[in-house]
Amino acid sequence: MKKGWLLLLLVGILGIAQAQTVKIGLTVSKTGKYNVESVNQLNGIKLWQQWINGQGGIPVGGKKYKVELKYYDDESKAERVQQLYSRLISQDKVDFLISPYSSGLTAKAAIISEQYGKVMVATGAASDSIFKLGYENVYQIYTPASRYLTSTVDMLKAADPSLKKIAVVYEDSKFAKAVATSAREYAKKAGFDVVLFEGYPKSTTDFGPIINKIKASGAQALVGGGHYADGATFARQLFEQKVPLKMIALLVAPASDEFAELGDAAFGVVAPSQWEPLVKYQQTCGPSPAQFTEMYQKAYGKVPAYRAAGGFAAGLILQKAMMEAGSIDSAKVRAALDKMDLTIFFGKIKFSTDPKSHGLQLGHEMVQIQWQKKDGKLVKEIVWPTNAKTSDLIYPIR
Amino acid sequence: MLQIFSSVMDGLLIGLVYGLAAIGLTLIFGVMDVVNLAHGSIIALGMFFLYLFFGAGLHPYLSLVPVAILGFFFGVIVYLIAVKRIISGPPLMSLLSTFSVSMIIIGIGTALWSTSPYNINFKVETYNILGYTVTSARLIAAVAAVLVTFGLYFFLYRTVLGKAVRAVANNREAAELMGIPSQQILAISFGIGTMLAMLSGALIATLFPFTILSGGVYELKSFVASVLGGLGNPTGALLGGIILGLIEGSVAPFIQISWTNVIEFVIFVLILLFFPTGLFGGRK
Repeated sequence: MKKGWLLLLLVGILGIAQAQTVKIGLTVSKTGKYNVESVNQLNGIKLWQQWINGQGGIPVGGKKYKVELKYYDDESKAERVQQLYSRLISQDKVDFLISPYSSGLTAKAAIISEQYGKVMVATGAASDSIFKLGYENVYQIYTPASRYLTSTVDMLKAADPSLKKIAVVYEDSKFAKAVATSAREYAKKAGFDVVLFEGYPKSTTDFGPIINKIKASGAQALVGGGHYADGATFARQLFEQKVPLKMIALLVAPASDEFAELGDAAFGVVAPSQWEPLVKYQQTCGPSPAQFTEMYQKAYGKVPAYRAAGGFAAGLILQKAMMEAGSIDSAKVRAALDKMDLTIFFGKIKFSTDPKSHGLQLGHEMVQIQWQKKDGKLVKEIVWPTNAKTSDLIYPIR
Repeated sequence: MLQIFSSVMDGLLIGLVYGLAAIGLTLIFGVMDVVNLAHGSIIALGMFFLYLFFGAGLHPYLSLVPVAILGFFFGVIVYLIAVKRIISGPPLMSLLSTFSVSMIIIGIGTALWSTSPYNINFKVETYNILGYTVTSARLIAAVAAVLVTFGLYFFLYRTVLGKAVRAVANNREAAELMGIPSQQILAISFGIGTMLAMLSGALIATLFPFTILSGGVYELKSFVASVLGGLGNPTGALLGGIILGLIEGSVAPFIQISWTNVIEFVIFVLILLFFPTGLFGGRK
C-alpha cells in the first residue's frame, strides 16, 4: 500500500516536471473606483484559464502549456499599475501581459510593456490615443472610442438613405467628446448634414435648453450621450417633450438593464455595445457566444456583461496567437498577432499593423442594441451588425 | 422665434421654482442673520422625502403636504439643536454650525440612498401650445411655487404670528420688549424657511432626477437669486429666481450650453458691483 502511494507521488512529480506552463500577468482593480468592472473582467479571464486548462492546456508546437495567472490589486491607481507591471515582468517573470481595466490604467501599463518588450493584450480599454504612440507590443480587443458611434451612422444610412439632418449632442467628458467628434466627421463623410453639434455639462439634469435647440435645428435623428445618469434623463425628457426624432442613439445608458425603468421613454432608443450575450457571431475558434454565456452563468451565477466577455476574449486571443506561432517566444507571438484575422464569440478581431496606429483594433465592430417591446415588455434586441442581430431595427420610432 | 419663445417660457417656469428655494434661504437670513449652509442638503432631503411618500403610494402632488409639515418640524429641530445657542455669536459660528448640519444630512443620505440618481416616475401630460411643448409637471411646479409664495405673504402680513416674525426681523430687542417671545418666533421662522426649501426640492424632484448631492446646484442658484433680489427680501428672491431662469433660458439659443454658467455668474458679479443691495433692495 505504501509503495503504491510513493509511486503515485513519483508520477505526480514527474508529471509536474513535464507539464509546461505559460505565465500571464496582469493587475486587477480589486479596490477603488474600477472595482466592479475590473473584477468582472478578471472573472472572464479566469474562466478562460479554467476552460483551457480543462482541455490540458494550450497546444503549442506539440507540447501543452498550462496557463498560470499572476495578478495583483492595483487599487485603480496609475502609480500602482506601473510598479506592479514592472514587478510582474522582472520578478515574477511572466511570459505575457493582459492590461488592467480602463484606458487610463492601460496607458500606464502599456509604457512598461513597451519598455520591456512584452506582448500585452489590452481589454477594457477603448482609447485610441494609446495606439497612436508607435507602441509595438500592445494589442487592443475593444472597438476604439473613435468608432463607437460610426456603426450607428452606418445603420441609420442603411435604414433610411433619404434622411439628411442629424444632431450630435454629447456630455462634456473626454470620452464622450472624442466619440462625438469622430461620429460627426464620419457622418459628414457619409453624406449627412450635422445640423447641431453641442456638448452639455456633466451634471445636467434639465435638458430643456438642449431640446429646444434640437427642435430648432430640424434634426431628424440624434446620436450622442455620455454616461448613465445623463443619458437616462436625456431620453426621458426627449420623450416627454415629444421631440420628432426618427432615431435616438445614446452612449452607455441604454446598454444597461436599468434603462427599462424609463418605461415608454426607453422604447426605440439605440445604444452601441461592445458585446451582448445574445449576439450571433459565427466563431472560427473557441466557444460560441451561447456556450460562453452558459459557462459563465454556471461559474458565477449571472449573465456575463461585455467586460467579462472582453476578459475571456483577451485570453483566447493570446492563446490563438501562441498556437499559430508554435512558440511562446514574444517576437513570434507578436508576428502571429499582427497576422491575426478571425472571428471569435466576441466578434471579429484584426489589429492595425500600420506603424502609426499599431495594435489598434480594426476588425471588432460595436453591436447596436435597441429597446423593443415583446408581449408588452421592454426587451433589449440586437439590431446591428446584420451577422449578429436578433431582431430588425424599428424605424422610425416616432 | 419659436425657439426663443420656448426657451424664455421654460426659463420662467423653472425660475419660479428656483425663486421658491431662494425665499427659504433669504427668509432665514432676513429674520436672524444666519446664512444657512444646510440649505442645499435640505433641498435634497425634500426630494427624498417626496420620493419616500411617493414610494408609499401617495401621488407626488399630494405628498407635498406631508413634505411641508415634515420640513417645518425638521427646521424647528435643526434650529433648536444647531442654531439657537449660537445665534448671537459671531457669523462664522452659524456658518460652521449649519455647514455641519449639511454634512450630517449628506452623510446619512449617502448611507441610506447612496449617491446614485433617483426618479419620481409618474404620468406626465404633454401639451402643445402653438408649437411650444410643455409638460404638466413644469406647469404645476411653477403654479405651486407661486401659490406657496402667496401663502407666505398672507402669513407674514395678515396673521399675528406673521407680524411677530416681521417684528423680530426688524428689531429683535424691541420686539422682545413688546412681549414677543423671540426664541419661539425664530424657531418658527427657521421652520418655515426649511419648509420652503424642502418644498422647492420636492417640486424639482417631480421634474428632474436627483441624488443626495443634487442640493448643491440649487443652493448656489438660491444664493444668486437671493443676492440678485436683495438678501432678506422674499419678493426680491422670487424675482431673482425668475431672472435667473430667464437668463438660463434666453442665452441658451445663442451660445453653447456649457457657457450658461459663465454668463450667469458674470451677470451676478456685475450686479454685486453696481447694485450691492440687490436689484430690489435689501431686507424689508
